[in-house]
Amino acid sequence: MDWQTWLIGIVGRALAYGTPLLWATLGEVYAERAGVVNLGIEGMMAMGALMAFATAQTTGDPWLGLLAALAVGGVLALLHAFLTVTLRANQYVSGLSLTLLGLGLSGLLGRGWEGIALRAPLPNVTIPGLASIPLLGPMLFQDESILTYLGLLLAVVLWIVLWRTRWGIVIRAVGEAPGAADAVGINVALVRYLCVVLGGLLAGVAGGYLSVVYRPAWTEGMSAGMGWVVIALTIFASWDPLQAVGGALLFGALYHLSFRLQQWVAPELLKLMPYAFAIVVLAFVGLGKAQRRRGAPAGLGLPYVRGER
Amino acid sequence: MSWRLRLERSVTPSRTTVLLVSLLGVVAALVFAVPVFWAYKVSPWTAYTTIAQRSFGSWAGFMEVLRRAIPLMLCGVGLALAFRARFWNIGAEGQLLAGAVAATGVALFTKIPAPWLLPAMFGAGFLAGALWGAVPAVLRLKLGVNEVISTLMLNYVMIYIVEWLVHGPWKGKTMRGFAYTDFFPAAAQLPLIPGSRVHWPTLVIAVAAALVVALVLSRTRLGYEIRVVGQSTDAARYAGIDFLKVMVAVMVLSGGLAGLAGVGEMAGVHYRLRSPTHISMGYGYTAIIVAWLARGSPLAALFTALLFGLIFAAGDIMKASLQLPAQIVGVFNGLILFFIIGSELLLYWRIKWERGWTGKPGSSGS
Repeated sequence: MDWQTWLIGIVGRALAYGTPLLWATLGEVYAERAGVVNLGIEGMMAMGALMAFATAQTTGDPWLGLLAALAVGGVLALLHAFLTVTLRANQYVSGLSLTLLGLGLSGLLGRGWEGIALRAPLPNVTIPGLASIPLLGPMLFQDESILTYLGLLLAVVLWIVLWRTRWGIVIRAVGEAPGAADAVGINVALVRYLCVVLGGLLAGVAGGYLSVVYRPAWTEGMSAGMGWVVIALTIFASWDPLQAVGGALLFGALYHLSFRLQQWVAPELLKLMPYAFAIVVLAFVGLGKAQRRRGAPAGLGLPYVRGER
Repeated sequence: MSWRLRLERSVTPSRTTVLLVSLLGVVAALVFAVPVFWAYKVSPWTAYTTIAQRSFGSWAGFMEVLRRAIPLMLCGVGLALAFRARFWNIGAEGQLLAGAVAATGVALFTKIPAPWLLPAMFGAGFLAGALWGAVPAVLRLKLGVNEVISTLMLNYVMIYIVEWLVHGPWKGKTMRGFAYTDFFPAAAQLPLIPGSRVHWPTLVIAVAAALVVALVLSRTRLGYEIRVVGQSTDAARYAGIDFLKVMVAVMVLSGGLAGLAGVGEMAGVHYRLRSPTHISMGYGYTAIIVAWLARGSPLAALFTALLFGLIFAAGDIMKASLQLPAQIVGVFNGLILFFIIGSELLLYWRIKWERGWTGKPGSSGS
């Protein structure tokens, strides 16, 4: 195999596998920017995957499936927001219970859907014209999901909103200094609710992508720890939507490599690569931390109570 | 003028309040689980009574609850300790498996004579779990790596190491196509309480571990340092406490205890290394709820472990007599955890109705 085919394969597949990571990471970036960690991504993705599959299989429309995934992700995130913002519960524990619940519930409800091939998967697209550019064409514009391009577009939009609009200032203020934000009349709770729910919507779609696009079938536990990788990616991306694109592609490429190398290394050892790599990456991020602050929102993880520090 | 809801920090709640509110959370979860039974066309009343009869209603049933509770006790006591130091150890699952791997290595590939074989397995299991737990502590303090991520990722790393071992280098010669190691020799198998599957030596170790950890926390310098670190980072810094030393010590103990749980499952239940989903079924994750419900008390963790032992046993009962799928346990656990943390508001906050004034700064609801 020549190097061009290799490169085309790796970039193309990195995009395909990086897409769910990107969607979910973008959502988590916004939730954490507003000061709320959501460790429930894995559970929301699992429920999103199941709902998308069941809906697409029943109605025959993959877009309705993705809509269902979007909705279920949003509802689950609303639960997290209620517990952490209104009831001021510990964010880590609430997120973990969301994951436990999502994985358990999707396993329970999904038993009847196990092992069926989806009758209406969302087909990939090839962009006419652009796809015929040498090397770049087949790498970026051939046989990719439309959700990949939507995800990239979303990253740009969310970057602009976060850094170039008043809304972005409000969100960042709520995450950095909720007390100050409250003092200037920002509704801290509302902003946190909205950002957490946005995170859930995107995580739901990420799950839906897995069962309707990437591997059009439902298997229990098909999110396979991706939700946790997303939490690591959020830190790796310094809570920035555009840097999330790079991170998602890097891990997408890594997942793909773990298939490619199977002829030389035991598949089980390759599967642990992304997880080990996530730790290594964060360790390297930590090495640079001494020089400059990495931009974690100062109010991250803390419930906001008026009148308390 | 209007009446509005206001929350006020409450003083430290009494033990009775904590117990009552926790019970309330568990009961609320059981009520919310009712639709799940309806979905499977099983009457919730039948389900709950069947579970009660076959768990605490009979000696054999109670023994099963106890067997399920053993790994939860060990992991739960360790996690309670970690949470006291505010170290988010989500990695008991991987630490348990690390202990299982070490136990298998000693049982199958060393020539340690019979009376010393089981102690050697427990020793090796403790060390393996401790190592798997200490790495995230060092990473957090030296490189600022968030321990939630590192402990979680190490779970997956260990899961795939076990998968690799049982499919590859350690695959048993007598196991044909299946992914198991060979059976342990008799000297590497723990004695059981007659007529049950309770490997009592591990139970004794678990209770002893809870006592030791409780003593360490309340009576030693290390325990004092752990409590200070857990309550206020600033105070700990002023007191000149060595964070690295404290966190590594906490995670050596926490991971080590989870490792012991892995040894117990190997030497007392399975007698061979096999696919991780069959070894643990989420003990490490459930232990998080065990420790949380125990509010960081190692002795209370013994009892909350029994509660979740009951839920695991109930999962088996529902599968066997009501044909309900095993995943129902996960749903229960998630619901219970939700309600427990949701009810915490009742513990640490007093709800007050008060007259709202117009014009007073900060009178709008947040």
